Amino acid sequence: MSRYSRHIVLSEIGQKGQDKLSTAKVLVVGAGGLGCPALQYLVAAGIGTVGIIDFDVVEESNLQRQILFGTSSLGINKAIAAKSRLEDLNPTINIIAYPHKLISKNAHVLFENYDIIVDGTDDFETRYLINDVSIITNKPVVYGAIYKFEGQVSVFNYKGGPSYRCLFPKPPKEGSVARCSEIGVLGVLPGIIGCMQANEVFKIVLDFEDVLTGKLLNYNAKTAQSSIISFSKLAVELEKTLSPKEDFKEKDEKSSETQVRIISASEAFQLDNPQFIDVREYGEYPQLNLTNYVHIPLDKIEHQIKQIHSEKVNILFCQTGTRSIAAVQILQGLGYTNCYTLEGGVFAIIAQLKIKM
Amino acid sequence: MNLKIKYFGLLAEITKCNEETLEFSKTSMSDLLEMLFEKYPSLKEKDFQVAQNLEIVSKETILSKSEIALLPPFSGG
Repeated sequence: MSRYSRHIVLSEIGQKGQDKLSTAKVLVVGAGGLGCPALQYLVAAGIGTVGIIDFDVVEESNLQRQILFGTSSLGINKAIAAKSRLEDLNPTINIIAYPHKLISKNAHVLFENYDIIVDGTDDFETRYLINDVSIITNKPVVYGAIYKFEGQVSVFNYKGGPSYRCLFPKPPKEGSVARCSEIGVLGVLPGIIGCMQANEVFKIVLDFEDVLTGKLLNYNAKTAQSSIISFSKLAVELEKTLSPKEDFKEKDEKSSETQVRIISASEAFQLDNPQFIDVREYGEYPQLNLTNYVHIPLDKIEHQIKQIHSEKVNILFCQTGTRSIAAVQILQGLGYTNCYTLEGGVFAIIAQLKIKM
Repeated sequence: MNLKIKYFGLLAEITKCNEETLEFSKTSMSDLLEMLFEKYPSLKEKDFQVAQNLEIVSKETILSKSEIALLPPFSGG
């Protein structure tokens, strides 16, 4: 195909490499300063499936750097506007727009459908969410972030390599790092950094060596200087990583925890033959392969009570540890005394299983 | 020992330079940070990681190499 002839003549890519690109599935989170240039090169290069998730709409102040969009896109959702422009750029691939916010409830299912996640977000909460869900779903993340004239690029969770939390274990205090909207950014900078992110995607898909895993590339547009700082995997961060209580709780799922006993995943796994009861809906991700596991959605507990043995220690869990509190309260109302809600929910179990492996 | 210290992002705005060379006689990273916090009090409020000779290290590390970097997380996109 002449569209990709300049790739195919490269001995390092060839038809074989181009075929790899055409079967790759890449999800770009955020179609902003970083996401737009990354998307343009990913789509032009023939990445087979490109997903775009963004809840925001195109504003005039975006056009100084998000050159995927024109004035005709103003007021339109970014994922949808990007899809429409990109389909003209390359109609031979599959482009999917998700015009909503990435939250933990949709992230798991979404990530499962892709091979590589590109982080083009502009807030720490989503960055840590992307990191944590990518560990659970075992997807590499191509990270980019900018500040005025400087950019950072790295690849996390690549072939079991270090993650964002190995580099920056804790999210900074709220409001301590300003956003581009407050402090400004040189228009070309996200263009450069977003292209570097696209480049890392190609390196991963094409199995090139020297992917930026365990390495943070810093680029300064004013001095044209760049440096690469290496960092290691921190096993201790993995456990914290997967315990959402640590930093960003899901505000919408918070509720009172009175008189319900809480147990940590590490304590639960030390118990003698406990029963793990999953009170999430059927089909919620991540799914677990666990011994002594019973799956009863919260609203069915009373109907399926016979499956819960009162002589055992019952560990109830859900996604984050809120529905499981309600489940414990139901069981206590039915006379069960030996019930706990699992702190951190399913993520804490997965973290514990990974530590034990 | 002569230390070359590099500052990134908003830290460079606090120190008003991208890098500087300092004469330092103590041996640990925490001593160095204490000295920098005295020199630039606003640094103390900021989140950052430290690198020694292009490698992220803990803030308790013993200083062995002459190039230090202070790296804050960036959020912009």
